Amino acid sequence: MIDTINSCNNCDNSVYIETSTGKWEVVIGLEVHAQVISNSKLFSNASTSFGASPNTNVSFVDAALPGVLPVINSFCVDQAIKTGLGLNGHVNLVSRFDRKNYFYADLPQGYQISQYKYPIISGGYIDIDKEDGSTRRINLERIHIEQDAGKSIHDQSPNKSFIDLNRSGVALMEIVTKPDMRSAEETSVFLQKLRSILRYLGTCDGNMEEGSMRADVNVSIHRPGTEYGTRAEVKNVNSFKFITAAINFEIQRQIALLESSGTVDQETRLFDTGTGETRTMRSKEDAQDYRYFPEPDLPPLVLSEERIEAIRKTIPELPDAKTARLQREFDLPHYDATLISADRETADFYERGLKAVNSPSKDFAKMLANWMLGELFSCLNKSGKHITESNVSAENLAELVNLIKINVISGKIAKEVLELMWESGNKAIEIVEERGMKQITSTEEIEKIAKVVLAENESKVSEYKSGKDKLFGFFVGQTMKRTEGKANPQILNEVLKKLLSEA
Amino acid sequence: MHTFSLSEVKNGLLWKKFSSVELTKCYLKRIEKFKDINAFITICADKALQAAQQSDEKIANGTAKEMEGIPLAIKDLYMTRGIRTTSGSKMLENFIAPYESTVTQKLLDAGAVFLGKTNMDEFAMGSANITSYYGNVVNPWSKDKKLVPGGSSGGSATAVAGHLCVAATGSDTGGSIRQPAAFSGIVGLKASYGRCSRYGMIALASSFDQAGPMTKTVRDAAIFLKVIAGYDEKDSTSVNEPVPDYESFIGKSVKGMRIGIPKEFHVEGVSEEVEESWLKGINILRDAGAEIVDISLPYSKYSMAVYYIIQPAEASANLARFDGVRYGYRAEGAKSLDEMYEMTRAQGFGDEVKRRILVGTYVLSAGYYDAYYSQALKVQELIRQDLASAFEKVDAILTPTTPHSAFAFGEEPKDPVTMYLNDVLTVTANIAGLPGISVPICLDKLGRPLGLQLLAPRFQEGTLIQLGEIIERNANFPSLKEIEL
Repeated sequence: MIDTINSCNNCDNSVYIETSTGKWEVVIGLEVHAQVISNSKLFSNASTSFGASPNTNVSFVDAALPGVLPVINSFCVDQAIKTGLGLNGHVNLVSRFDRKNYFYADLPQGYQISQYKYPIISGGYIDIDKEDGSTRRINLERIHIEQDAGKSIHDQSPNKSFIDLNRSGVALMEIVTKPDMRSAEETSVFLQKLRSILRYLGTCDGNMEEGSMRADVNVSIHRPGTEYGTRAEVKNVNSFKFITAAINFEIQRQIALLESSGTVDQETRLFDTGTGETRTMRSKEDAQDYRYFPEPDLPPLVLSEERIEAIRKTIPELPDAKTARLQREFDLPHYDATLISADRETADFYERGLKAVNSPSKDFAKMLANWMLGELFSCLNKSGKHITESNVSAENLAELVNLIKINVISGKIAKEVLELMWESGNKAIEIVEERGMKQITSTEEIEKIAKVVLAENESKVSEYKSGKDKLFGFFVGQTMKRTEGKANPQILNEVLKKLLSEA
Repeated sequence: MHTFSLSEVKNGLLWKKFSSVELTKCYLKRIEKFKDINAFITICADKALQAAQQSDEKIANGTAKEMEGIPLAIKDLYMTRGIRTTSGSKMLENFIAPYESTVTQKLLDAGAVFLGKTNMDEFAMGSANITSYYGNVVNPWSKDKKLVPGGSSGGSATAVAGHLCVAATGSDTGGSIRQPAAFSGIVGLKASYGRCSRYGMIALASSFDQAGPMTKTVRDAAIFLKVIAGYDEKDSTSVNEPVPDYESFIGKSVKGMRIGIPKEFHVEGVSEEVEESWLKGINILRDAGAEIVDISLPYSKYSMAVYYIIQPAEASANLARFDGVRYGYRAEGAKSLDEMYEMTRAQGFGDEVKRRILVGTYVLSAGYYDAYYSQALKVQELIRQDLASAFEKVDAILTPTTPHSAFAFGEEPKDPVTMYLNDVLTVTANIAGLPGISVPICLDKLGRPLGLQLLAPRFQEGTLIQLGEIIERNANFPSLKEIEL
């Protein structure tokens, strides 16, 4: 049905989907639920640890016993402030909690304490990179704090459901974007960037498998130049892959509907991870009336400028700033700098490597980036390890790179050394010395070996002399082989050129 | 012995005129003897005697606390660890509280002995104690006809008035301490919002609910309030304000104090006898040297409307947790989750509770929120401003507590709205978060008690004690010596 996807990367940033009936523009907005990193819950002192036995991390407040009252966990508030500042939002000095009323078995109070009218953070934005190197700003509507519900478990018994309240009352930040995204890809890039920033801030671990980041996705389509179409909301999608799939399915479904003279209903839909399709969960008519009203058990949340400033001081360098600095200080290509900065642990690893040498040069920085993003990452990928579990430490990788830079070993040898380092955990210099892998930089020594090679290949030398220039590579290879790859390539080149011209 | 006030009992125990065990046994016997008035839902005889025994030891070894060995009755909406706590509802018929409310913990820490849990309107919704799942409570002043004790703290009021305990806790959302206190001829004090912790009180309307003592004398209320008042980090709406020695306000001169008489409280339905009793109170305070000032609270006529929007709205959410999932009553035979909710709540709640949940749900629903709830919040603010400007001119406000005396069973208003008018004079204090006290003033022609209400600025409970005691001293109210049924 979709014939082509045209990306018109001019200033208006439009992305159109062209079908036989013309162009469609897609509009996407997100409500991301990010679980706040905190030892205890938003309104109780129960633990938030993941994977505990069902109903063991539950206080009387979380189980909504009669007579209990919520007490705000100020650390969770600090985390939300930090997130707001990190995402360029405005921290509201006064915000308020509201009750969102609905019945469900895993919602003990019969209402969720959330922030409806007056959120803690207003506005904010994230700049995302586009393929053509330009950036695009995705604006945020707001961020508010709320409590999570428990979990209903339906697959343990044919005629019973079970409730686990461990998650009940855990603090969430709901990060609401403006409808600023135009494709599944863009949405995915936005989410990765958001996740990266939250991880940098230490306010959400972004772990989608454990459900600590989930998104409700709003999708609509319209003809370019016309008003936005009716949106459908796909609830609770919990992986980048599923979010992309859900959006693309929605786009196709809505185009099919509109092109067959149907209409898109404003409704809530569920993404079926089995079929990759979305289906109706609730129509607009069945939309719940949440009867929000101010939470009478909690006074308004009043923040001081001092508290906000104190939190601002704890914000680390975030990916955009880090990328810019790496480019500025070390002339790293934008691509490399972005890759390094995208993930806090990767960036930490890289920067620890830089710190391992005295005043790292631009060359060293570039080499370290190449070795980390290339060789080390392939070792990590092969063993399925995360950079925090690397067998080779940042300091040891930096030493290896330095050995190349000061001509103790060649790049080729270094690859072997790195493999040995990965296996043994030993330092580069130990391996190089133990195995005699040091580069041969003595001109005389190389000359001696080169002479032997030339003597053994007299006929080839004649051919070279008579104009077969390509044979130079052969002599280099043979000599290198004799030195077990340890000859300094530059010196070897010079020596061979000299010997051949003299021959 | 059973007619002694709290301060008399306190002295009697300290001077070893009687022991806490003797006292406790005496009350337990009376509770058993007068069980037909149905003041208690749960009686904790063994626990009480055990506690009394311990108190006697403490009194003997000189480590007695402020309320050591004093037998109290606790309204059944306070969570009392290990003791059944029902809030007057079938929903919590077999619910054993797993933790202790802050107010009752403070009483226990002060050495008090709990005789049992008193009857109340279901979830504190009522003004006659006729909505309790555990049956009606009979006012001990009943002679020819059985009278209602008022509500919702009807069991506590009856237990104090009928000398089934020394004093009791009540809770007051719209008048639930003061109105039954007036109907039963005892003292009832509702503290300022934020004065006592609400932690462990089963919520009716969170922004109005407040604890308070129900006692035989104003002095008793002062002693009692000092024990239960104070900031609690478990209740974010409680206020960190020093707790004064309320007893020290007794006997202070009221010369030069200004007492406001709000003209709007001469409401329709206030009986002639109540107007006369009001005048009696005015004269007492004037004779004591206070200046009587006519004041106007123009927005107070909207108090009932505001109250009956905000209170059911909050109640509708507060009672959502009673869903049969985790504790309490669960209907049998439901085939789906929704059906379980419907059946559980249909069977577990009484009519008045359902009525208020329906009203509350309605006023919060989309399309009606602005017309009702949002409007009510605005008027609430106007009422608060009304009172704030009144208290620039006066130190306290004197009004009747109720428009009429206690009515007989069967003679109660048949439509709920007229029934709600029982609270017409008391709700203002809750809407504005102010403290209020009801003090017995006289009996009407039918021999039924009437009370007067004093209101003061927030956290000025001392003023209520000071003025209330003067009224008490001069009213010569004929306290009930024995239950006459």
